[in-house]
Amino acid sequence: MSTLSDPPKEGFKISQLIYDTRYRSMTIQVIALILFLLAVGWLATNAARNLAELGKPLGFGFLAERAGYDINQKLIEYNSDSSHIRAAFAGVLNTLLVAFLGCLTATVVGVLIGVLRLSKNWLISKMMTIYIEGFRNVPVLLWILVVFGIMIEVTPPPKAFKGENPEAAMTLFDSVAITNQGVFIPRLSFTEFGWGYIIALLIAIFGIRWITKKAKAKQIETGIYPHTFLYKLAAFMVPLLACYFISNVFTKNQDRDFLVRSSGQITTLADMASADERFDYCLVGGNAGSLKGLSVLEEAGVTVRRKKFVTEKGALSDFSKEKCNVISVRESEADEIMAQSRLDKLGTDGTISRTVADFTTGNNIQVDTPELTKKGIPRFEGGTHIRNSLIALWFALSLYTAAFIAETVRSGIQAISKGQTEAAAALGLRSGRIMSLVVLPQALRVIIPPMISQYLNLTKNSSLAIAVGYMDITGTLGGITLNQTGREMECLIILMAIYLVISLTISGIMNWYNERVKLKER
Amino acid sequence: MKKSAFLGTAVAATLVAGASFAGTLEDVKAKGHVQCGVSTGLVGFAAADANGNWDGFDVSVCRALAAAVLGDPQAVKFTPTTGKTRFTALASGEVDVLARNTTWTFSRDVDLKFTFIGVNYYDGQGFMVPKALGVSSAKDLDGATVCIQTGTTTELNLADFFRTNNISYEPVPIETNAEAQAQYLAGACDVYTTDASGLAATRATFESPAEHTVLPEIISKEPLGPLVRHGDDQWADIVRWTLNALIAAEELGVTSANVKDSAMSAGKNPEVNRLLGTEGNLGEMLGLSADWAKNAIAAGGNYGEIFERNIGEKTAIGISRGLNAQWTNGGLLYTPPFR
Repeated sequence: MSTLSDPPKEGFKISQLIYDTRYRSMTIQVIALILFLLAVGWLATNAARNLAELGKPLGFGFLAERAGYDINQKLIEYNSDSSHIRAAFAGVLNTLLVAFLGCLTATVVGVLIGVLRLSKNWLISKMMTIYIEGFRNVPVLLWILVVFGIMIEVTPPPKAFKGENPEAAMTLFDSVAITNQGVFIPRLSFTEFGWGYIIALLIAIFGIRWITKKAKAKQIETGIYPHTFLYKLAAFMVPLLACYFISNVFTKNQDRDFLVRSSGQITTLADMASADERFDYCLVGGNAGSLKGLSVLEEAGVTVRRKKFVTEKGALSDFSKEKCNVISVRESEADEIMAQSRLDKLGTDGTISRTVADFTTGNNIQVDTPELTKKGIPRFEGGTHIRNSLIALWFALSLYTAAFIAETVRSGIQAISKGQTEAAAALGLRSGRIMSLVVLPQALRVIIPPMISQYLNLTKNSSLAIAVGYMDITGTLGGITLNQTGREMECLIILMAIYLVISLTISGIMNWYNERVKLKER
Repeated sequence: MKKSAFLGTAVAATLVAGASFAGTLEDVKAKGHVQCGVSTGLVGFAAADANGNWDGFDVSVCRALAAAVLGDPQAVKFTPTTGKTRFTALASGEVDVLARNTTWTFSRDVDLKFTFIGVNYYDGQGFMVPKALGVSSAKDLDGATVCIQTGTTTELNLADFFRTNNISYEPVPIETNAEAQAQYLAGACDVYTTDASGLAATRATFESPAEHTVLPEIISKEPLGPLVRHGDDQWADIVRWTLNALIAAEELGVTSANVKDSAMSAGKNPEVNRLLGTEGNLGEMLGLSADWAKNAIAAGGNYGEIFERNIGEKTAIGISRGLNAQWTNGGLLYTPPFR
């Protein structure tokens, strides 16, 4: 009887790491990892040593220092006295703004073009091919510069809007001005109950979804899909109107006053109109009360210059720093603000007086329409200023990325078996509904993963903003801050970290969405 | 607090640890030319003509330097730099000297670790507006859209000026002078601001310069001068004294016309003799030949000649000497003695 014994126990030999296939692959990986870490360490120590040799150790304290430069497009309160970190934050918001607008537009345009490219109409499909090939094969930087060049050279300067017979005129019932300094559109101003509209909108969306759900349930039960349009309209309008009327009850008759800092006592608007002083009005963007105050002043014949702020807090802060000298506040808070501003500026000349104007906030939605200045340099005031740099970047990035998205969509649609279309047609569906109900939902599963890359590309390409002077994060932190402080290493490290976080967030969200729509296999 | 600058942009740059920054003179002699950082194109100060030959006020400093070091004013290679790239170019050793209307400031000198070797142009920041705008003072610029070259001190001066005067404005940051010019002429910005000399140079290239005016306010001090890296004092001395030689030559009446004759033999004025190397050994002290200053002056003339030829009142740019006159004529040019 032969016995099968265990293989002889041998001790582990070093040579086995190379000659034994069980260990060899692991050995190679470990060595490769060590070499890689050594290379990284060598780069890092080399950089650190060179910086130290120059007497400049790595440090981030400079971020808290005064930035000293201005940013034209800012979504948060910022002025040249703010810190570098705040400038960086303003830049991040600008990056996110253009990335968001760009992704949205690129998706809409891209899906449309991608579907149209498969059109049976020869002319349409060829035109879409030309669009895709044209945009895809020219560097995006050139498209950005082309759009920017067009905006600057083709559109009229603000001074062309001036005079008896102006060369240019505002469009859309005199509410939109397209100039080579940017496009000015009307802006809605709200009261402090403005957030109520957001809640109302959310309620409206949930209401409409609830109605749809009920209608579907009914269709399953009875086979007839009920008419829901009027219900949906009501679900949309009722919360918004309710918000409008309810908040108007609180704010419409809210008394407001002006606080004026001047050398003499100013108690009435007539005093202001006759005073020999320059008045700078602290205007809070998108605030109905502040806007009403401006029109009250203008009606009373007081000439004021506008100083725009993003928040009421920012306006009050600059008011107490004497950067603007007229502000409109709620009557109930006037005394407190007056006392505070006096405390902030003890010992300076000039008094703060309360001007009784007897005006109320009025409607809680007011429209701030752009208008040409009557005196001084011709330009547009009021409304929202969409700068050429934003337009150029937004358009060029959207159209460029849309070309890639269109190809992704086309490939997604073509990946769906023709049998699906034919089956749907056999059921009597029209071609538009076949596309939206049968083909696109299935194509979505193929489309989404490459779409993530396109969104990431668009976001990263937004750093080309510097070419047109759009103040994104590369323009603020990676541009002016870097240049003025000379902290290149630190700025670039932060910059890379910020782009990394933005990109990972986008791909995280998209992956979550992908998980939701992908084919569930159980 | 200590701040740093430099490197970083390319980690690769940090790898070139071996590239020594001392001994620039030996490097220059070895490669046979001076690598000079200039602006990307500012007529009168540094601009390339149709044949690619660089000329201008700042370029002349480079040519004089090449003549002093290598004996040949043509032994210069030019690297165009923008307001943003110039310091990196100098710090990384890409250029030997930066002669690009750069303002001498404390932080650039101390913190960015550069050595400003002197001032070749005393300037200040001004504003240019179209006459049709009807503005006569910078204080009337409320709400103006201002084109500004980013990465320069003008950006900070502008912010300070408008903030202290309580005027609002809309900054339009721009990378180069040429782009700024295009936007300004299209009316996309109402105002263009940079150093007054730059404004004059830019205006000279316009189709109708008379339609534009430079406002009287000068909102900053901008002493412009060439600069080199910290840590190579010999090279800094050479650049400094080459510039001083040009300025002294004007004061002493040495011109490109008479410099050859004066350098033939010792003349009556001992300072001229020392400058031109017919007496003493100043050239040797610098590590250069005895006729270094003669070569530098012969390259493009003395300071006054360079000024008049490139940006003076007879040129299209038409800048008067003003602060840039010799101290004997009420200006600020005052060079230490050559002895």
